[in-house]
Amino acid sequence: MITFIFFLRRIAFSFVTLIVASIVIFAIIQILPGDPAQLILGMNAQEDTLAALREQMGLNAPFYSRYFEWILGVMVGDFGTSYTYSVPVSELILERLWVSLPLAVMALSLSTLIAIPAGVIAASKHNKLPDVSIMGFTQLGIAIPNFWFAMLLVLVFAIKLQWMPAGGFAGWDVGIGAGILSLALPAIALALPQASILARIMRSALLDVLAEDYMRTARAKGLTERMTLWRHGVRNAFIPVLTILGLQFSFLIAGTIIIENIFYLPGLGRLIFQAIAQRDLIVLQGLVLLLVAAVIFINLLVDAAYAMVDPRIKRAYHE
Amino acid sequence: MSEFDFQGERETWGDLGQKALKNRSFFIGALITGTVLFMALLSFFWTPFDVTELDIGNKLHWPDTTNWLGTDHFGRDVFSMLMVGARNSIAVAIVAVSIGMAIGVPLGAAAAASRSWGSNLIMRTNDFIFAFPSLLLAVLFTAIFGPSAINAMIAIGIFNIPVFARLAHGGSLALWQREFILSAQTSGKSRVRITIEHIMPNLLNILIVQGTIQFSLGILIEAGLSYLGLGTQPPDPSWGKMLSEAQTMMYFASYLAIFPGIAIVFAVLGLNLLGDGLRDIFDPKLRRGR
Amino acid sequence: MKLSKFALRGATALAMLAMAVPALAANNSVTLGMVLEPTHLDPTAGAAAAIDEVVYANLYEGLTRIDSKGVVQPALAKSWTVSGDGLTYTFMLEDGVKFHDGTDFNAEDVVFSLNRARGEDSVNAQKALFKAIDTVVAVDASTVKITLSPSNGSMLFNLGWGDAGLVAPESADGNKADPVGTGPFKFVKWVKGDRIELAKSAAYWGDVVVLDKATFKIISDPAAAFAAMMAGDVDGFPNFPAPENLDQFRADPRFSVVVGSTEGETILSINNAKAPFNNVKVRQAISYAINRQSIIDGAMFGNGTPIGSHFAPHHPAYVDLTGAYAYNPEKARALLAEAGFPDGFDAEIKLPPPSYARRGGEIIAADLKKVGINLKIIPVEWGPWVKDVFTETNYDLTIVSHTEPQDIGIYAREKYYFNYKSDAFKGVMDKLNKTTDTDGRYKLLGEAQQILSDDAVNGFLFQLAKTGVWNAKLKGLWENSPVQANDLTGVSWSE
Repeated sequence: MITFIFFLRRIAFSFVTLIVASIVIFAIIQILPGDPAQLILGMNAQEDTLAALREQMGLNAPFYSRYFEWILGVMVGDFGTSYTYSVPVSELILERLWVSLPLAVMALSLSTLIAIPAGVIAASKHNKLPDVSIMGFTQLGIAIPNFWFAMLLVLVFAIKLQWMPAGGFAGWDVGIGAGILSLALPAIALALPQASILARIMRSALLDVLAEDYMRTARAKGLTERMTLWRHGVRNAFIPVLTILGLQFSFLIAGTIIIENIFYLPGLGRLIFQAIAQRDLIVLQGLVLLLVAAVIFINLLVDAAYAMVDPRIKRAYHE
Repeated sequence: MSEFDFQGERETWGDLGQKALKNRSFFIGALITGTVLFMALLSFFWTPFDVTELDIGNKLHWPDTTNWLGTDHFGRDVFSMLMVGARNSIAVAIVAVSIGMAIGVPLGAAAAASRSWGSNLIMRTNDFIFAFPSLLLAVLFTAIFGPSAINAMIAIGIFNIPVFARLAHGGSLALWQREFILSAQTSGKSRVRITIEHIMPNLLNILIVQGTIQFSLGILIEAGLSYLGLGTQPPDPSWGKMLSEAQTMMYFASYLAIFPGIAIVFAVLGLNLLGDGLRDIFDPKLRRGR
Repeated sequence: MKLSKFALRGATALAMLAMAVPALAANNSVTLGMVLEPTHLDPTAGAAAAIDEVVYANLYEGLTRIDSKGVVQPALAKSWTVSGDGLTYTFMLEDGVKFHDGTDFNAEDVVFSLNRARGEDSVNAQKALFKAIDTVVAVDASTVKITLSPSNGSMLFNLGWGDAGLVAPESADGNKADPVGTGPFKFVKWVKGDRIELAKSAAYWGDVVVLDKATFKIISDPAAAFAAMMAGDVDGFPNFPAPENLDQFRADPRFSVVVGSTEGETILSINNAKAPFNNVKVRQAISYAINRQSIIDGAMFGNGTPIGSHFAPHHPAYVDLTGAYAYNPEKARALLAEAGFPDGFDAEIKLPPPSYARRGGEIIAADLKKVGINLKIIPVEWGPWVKDVFTETNYDLTIVSHTEPQDIGIYAREKYYFNYKSDAFKGVMDKLNKTTDTDGRYKLLGEAQQILSDDAVNGFLFQLAKTGVWNAKLKGLWENSPVQANDLTGVSWSE
């Protein structure tokens, strides 16, 4: 029952956040300097031509009516029509999502795949050589800017060794293998700093758990060191790791903005830059809202998972 | 939330100094950070070459005894540019952290002290800003107000506000439960006074540690923004911009892509080690790292 | 360890597979890289050069067309006659022409297209091209008569622009996303942000093209463009964005590097209405202070021809005025002192995104600093640039390439962003409009160039080069770009 009320409150709050966010985003984007109509028609356009296009694009309506038209459309999945491409915004976003989403998933899985074992090894060999060297690597991983790492990857793997493409997206229709290959370097570049942070979290969470009484009990019961570690330790250490994974999603989105530009992947990050440059405001506001909604949603999921695993959180919320 | 367990009474500076000497992270971190700071300060008085002077005829020279780290596509000395770039990176990060602290800490502490609808509003606004991917808003911000180092400082600073507000809020809440605060309350001191006299001094440690980490993040984000052309503007050199300019030239002048990256890693690594060291020194319970 | 080895081997195999596919299909298809993505594919409703770079001569055709040398050639009009007074043009159309959707092309489509382009609610970016047209009448199904008022010597050239492309009433509204023209290629698909695919049109009325398939791949990042060329992801870049990489392509036998000319006069535009730039001595000082060759070397890595006025060096009426303001900082300082600025002054320079502007701006700022003019560099995107600089003329200095062909007439406009006013120049232009004989016209154009140079209206820097890189086996791409186009009709692979 308490869980249920907790979730209702959480969901209501997320919803309010989203509404406020949509207003803020809309307002911010309206003050971007530059006239979309002039950008489409260029320098030689005549004033009457510009006026005709502005009317056609619905740019002459007042602020609030444009906002309501937009947000009511968004609620039924209609994000409007792109100024520059003249196609539905939802179609544009969906097309790009097929690049960005797999990239995010690949980066996230890769970082988890590296980080969990690294964290576990470091914790189980606490203060010994494996621990010290893994921690050293993670320090480095956190300090390396992902765009520089991406440049180095291109230099080594695409230019010198020619193992994989330097950029661009082959397209899923060419084949899943080619698609994954073109996302490989970007995913690695994105995953490295994430993995470093995650490994550190995993390690310290596990060290905390290992010091708990029930671990000693488990060991006393005769379970081997390795079984204790995996059966009890890792499972319990997952709670903080989960939280960080949720937080990282936001960083991941920020990361894709730069990384997609380096590898010229036709994803959401590049669409944002393009929309800013071309003053395709309707695409921009739809995209930003979507990304913010995604972050809010992921945090909601993490909170939910967290609360289910650890009932103490619910109490904290009721205090 | 072990971060907010305040164990025992505050230690004397002497004790802290003793620990600092023994802590390896702190030592290496301080050494690196000191070097970067020194280079940045030195660049105000001396650089091997003038970075505003272009010498097209001398462009793209590989490192040698004259130009220790080579020259860029305008014939400028890369080593000199890195020195001046350090100064710009540090300036942006310092201002951004200061903005975050100056606004975030009072807000968070006030929210913890008052516990009214106002405090709720503050913390909810905080959560709200957190929901925006920071780089995304920084990109929007600079698109609206124009790309410049100042706007990069403000954009990064805005995202430091909720970080410090949360920290100050959580830290203060834990402190408000403590006996010495309760006794101060019974002696009739106002909540504002208690916050200033008792809460703030006790928050100092975690703020310094977080400040160091935000500082290193600030350098990373500034590099990212400059790389995208939204941060420090020419003719001022910046590490991020040097990397973005190197991108088309790294196939025949790879040193252009290597050295600025190393400079960033060096500075960030130093600050992170320093932060870790400080954390260990201030609170031995958290020795095992982040 | 085992796992990672396996993964690597798999990745290499996949990479080889991925490379093998385009190699097999390379004989009759071509993939060209381009920097900017078109906003849509209707050349009659947008100014973006990228639209024409995809559709011109490939998807759409006009009555006339402009060839690789900038000469007017027949297109959908197989011939024409012009009345003695130059007011009536009669076009005879090709027979048996069909649009890509199968509908017939006839004189009514010409009337529709031209009236749509010049009409009241037209959204044509170059509406001014059609200003002289008075009426467009279909005499019969294959004859069109156009009357002008007043006469206009460039009408045949104007009708060859991409903006004068001919479209059908049934499909015109959908052309932005699903272009329907009469050209030798038809539209297949557009993966936004990535590529546009065209295929040979089987029903084409004219000579059948060699290529079966053409893909335009959008690669905006110069570093990525280089990598894509090296990896063979694209067969060529008609306008390669990073001149610093050309030497590497030259060194590689797989590629041809063809540096041609564009119609782009790259200039340091000066706001002539704003003090202190309204003083001709200040402008002349700036001209002396600029080291053109170092800009060409530093910003363009040596690609580009210096210019001394607003005129393309490859045009027969060109007068070489590059010596008028040879680099001379001493003289610049002296002129500034004469103008009342012995210690120089502060000003701003707004730089749009292309690298010639951003890099050139840094060099110019350093040059001007030597004579005491301190420039604050403000990088801007095209949006704010068009608004602040071009429309509202709220600027001191900027750098931009004027890519319209033969556009010296902009200096005679009542309101143009240079804010230049000269009765002498206007007089020459008026005379030019009334002069029809070539020698007379060239003489007047020479005078016009001289006036702009004397007045040092702008800092004239260089003619933008067309830096083309493509596979050495690829034949038939344009060397120069008299109009913005990637005409694929003559492109083929040699064995």
